Amino acid sequence: MDHLDQLEAQSIYIFREAFARLKKIALLWSLGKDSNVMIWLARKAFFGKMPFPALHVDTGKKFPEMYRFRDHYGKEWDLDLRVEPCPPIDAVDPTLPPAARSAARKTEGLKMALAKYGFDGLIAGIRRDEEATRAKERVFSPRGLEGNWDVRDQPPEFWDHFNASPPQGAHLRIHPILHWTEADIWAYTKRENIPIIPLYLAKDGKRYRSLGDQDITNPVNSTASTIDEILIELEQTKVPERAGRALDHETEDAFERLRVAGYL
Amino acid sequence: MNMIVTPTSPATPNGTTRPQVRIVIVGHVDHGKSTLVGRLLHETGSLPDGKLEMLKAVSARRGMPFEWSFLLDALQTERDQGITIDTTQIRFRTNSRDIVLIDAPGHAEFLRNMITGASQADGAVLIIDALEGVRDQTRRHGYLLHLLGVKQVAIVVNKMDRVDFSAERFKEISDEISAHLNGLGVKPTAVIPISARDGDGVAERTDRIGWYKGPTVVEALDRLEPARALEALALRLPVQAIYKFDDRRIVAGRIESGSLKAGDEIVIMPAGKIAKIKTVESWPLTPVSGRQGAGRSVGITLDRELFIERGDIVAHADTAPRETRRLRARIFWLHDKPLAKGDQLLVRCGPKESRATVVAIEKAVDPGELSSSENKAIGRNHVGEIDISLSNPIATDPYTENPRTGRLVIEVSGRIAGGGLVLSVDAGQRAVPVDIVPVESALRPDERSARYQHNGAVVWLTGLPASGKSTLAKALERRLFSNGGSPILLDGDTLRAGLNSDLGFSAADRSENIRRLAEVATHLARNGHIAIVAAVSPAREDRATARRIADTAFREIHVATPADVCEERDPKGHYKKARAGALASFTGIGNDYEAPQAAELVIDTSTRTIAEAADEIEQMLKTSGVLFDEAVDLAANI
Repeated sequence: MDHLDQLEAQSIYIFREAFARLKKIALLWSLGKDSNVMIWLARKAFFGKMPFPALHVDTGKKFPEMYRFRDHYGKEWDLDLRVEPCPPIDAVDPTLPPAARSAARKTEGLKMALAKYGFDGLIAGIRRDEEATRAKERVFSPRGLEGNWDVRDQPPEFWDHFNASPPQGAHLRIHPILHWTEADIWAYTKRENIPIIPLYLAKDGKRYRSLGDQDITNPVNSTASTIDEILIELEQTKVPERAGRALDHETEDAFERLRVAGYL
Repeated sequence: MNMIVTPTSPATPNGTTRPQVRIVIVGHVDHGKSTLVGRLLHETGSLPDGKLEMLKAVSARRGMPFEWSFLLDALQTERDQGITIDTTQIRFRTNSRDIVLIDAPGHAEFLRNMITGASQADGAVLIIDALEGVRDQTRRHGYLLHLLGVKQVAIVVNKMDRVDFSAERFKEISDEISAHLNGLGVKPTAVIPISARDGDGVAERTDRIGWYKGPTVVEALDRLEPARALEALALRLPVQAIYKFDDRRIVAGRIESGSLKAGDEIVIMPAGKIAKIKTVESWPLTPVSGRQGAGRSVGITLDRELFIERGDIVAHADTAPRETRRLRARIFWLHDKPLAKGDQLLVRCGPKESRATVVAIEKAVDPGELSSSENKAIGRNHVGEIDISLSNPIATDPYTENPRTGRLVIEVSGRIAGGGLVLSVDAGQRAVPVDIVPVESALRPDERSARYQHNGAVVWLTGLPASGKSTLAKALERRLFSNGGSPILLDGDTLRAGLNSDLGFSAADRSENIRRLAEVATHLARNGHIAIVAAVSPAREDRATARRIADTAFREIHVATPADVCEERDPKGHYKKARAGALASFTGIGNDYEAPQAAELVIDTSTRTIAEAADEIEQMLKTSGVLFDEAVDLAANI
């Protein structure tokens, strides 16, 4: 078994645990490279068809390429796709800096979707290497009744035994690719021939390393126009993956505040 | 701005073969773990451009001297308290290894986080302050490394600058900790004198430690071996689930040890049922050929329909795990309330869960104390050995034989409260499964159903004593037989006189009674008969087990005659005896009957005749595909 085989087997194990131990789960499909890998892994775990809904909490501000991708592959992959809207910006905490406030809309949209469907588990494609607060996450991460994350009181998690009993009305976040890195995602995408949104590949000296809302995501300088070139670029770069995400850089603790409140 | 360590690209894209090892750095609080991590990142060139300068600037702004540990203190909350709360994973490279470094907090308050981190590690670095020497948390972490099964442990004696790089002081600490670890069966791979702050011993043997001839920290990490070879051990495939998304019935799980391939003779433990692997399923290409080894998540199909459930273990018949209801484990305890004799728990062995009772506690100690006295209960952050009695049989191995299946976790109120190693297993009385060779029937199911004009089924009548189950069962039996069918009555009381005469009325015995009834009934149903089971079967969980065993053949009928009517009927005099206190564990006068929530049919025998009730059952069997239409038409014409 090589490195990618090991990552894959571990993710499949997590998917199957989530499906066995929770009553009503959904996968959060952000349309990005990570959640596409997740869907692929889920189809491997369940032998072809993902047996729970793909939830897209739509800010309405994604790139047109992303919407085209969603509509095409939602059908081709036979997903039970649920698109849920976010509330208007006025409904969101005005003390947050602008980009964080914009991202917090998504948290509100997520809470509305949770209330609507009553999911007790949401599968999210975050990774430990993306960002420091995400590095602290558990694979099965309990959320409070308000969707909040108590980083100080996380239950122990070891030997692939997960805490899968959320209190009544609360939910769990499940992170099947927490142990992957950005380079792993690309190497696996290439090996498995998983479709990607072309915005990740360089055009006119720029490409997106991470895709969010149009107004708060910026491309990075790059000449990598194939996945192989992306992998070489990642070998050499020391620029963080989320450097193009405005909300990570507004204040020292803006991202942590968002996550404690229930952001991904 | 974020104070994060951005990993340089660590993966092994395009299939390069650098081994990846996961290590954890543990030790007493303030002995310098985070400083060592910061220094290691710097020495291996893993810091992003400008990060060091930025951190120095932030320190200046806060009016504090720069500390290497700031690199890790990524969260605002941590910087406020000055201690590391949780495990953070950081990656860097040595000459021949990709290292994933899991930082684990030393503060006693956060032992659960230390365990979360250390449980994922292939190797560990135990750090000791040269000035303070071995402290309680040093010993505790050493003990936990042993319990977590981390065998490669390097010791670093830090802050050598504070003891003038004294070789004597180094030897003193080295001897003490080596003796402690040897006592636990852990042999340190190296003991290294360092100053994490100044860099001595981390990547370089400086003049100040010129007397030391062993490896530096980076060299020691470079020699760590990746995860143990599990493929050489006996096959253990714990079942996570059985999927029936299409016409395949796939048994899914991860191979924890050993390997398997299509055609292998296997045994399902703890039930001891034998089968052959028909195919190994996958996606997008399926089936896959060739041997699948430890670590793979797989799905298999079998050559026959067996009742298998989550938590069962698929093994090879000649190297099966032991089946037991009782085992001894060495555990660590993380819950606020101490673990005491008699406590009821939930035990998990892989995907298998079972209720359990602590029947004995021994050697309950604080592993941080030098010579601590034994306690009766296992306190928070302490360790001990426990004997537990399980309400369901499980299949497991002692950890010395299989490090993956020989471990368990304990849950209290839905939260993991402890875990540990299986020391020994009281094996059950089961016959050695290799001698069992099931013989399949000579007849096909459709041959039988053509004669009987019905499919096989398990008609399960549940309800209070004297609710009319047996009367109804006999009426149904007569009617189906008159129509040319093949009904067979399995009465709970009748079977207790023979097959189940070894069982009493405890919850565990009642469960076993139901399981046996369900197995016999299912065997009859598979052979085309309609098994009519009349049994109080008060526990919802037990009936759910019966439904899982009989699967699609199961038809549950709740005989919901009101309790006062049942008590008034009392044909066997049981209610009278129970009221007089002469019949313990009698279902009926207490509230211990759990009514079905989704029975195929509910019948109140106080409001209709037995013939009317039998009509309703017949109709249900017809609409749910058990009885063929022709048979019913024929009956109408007689």
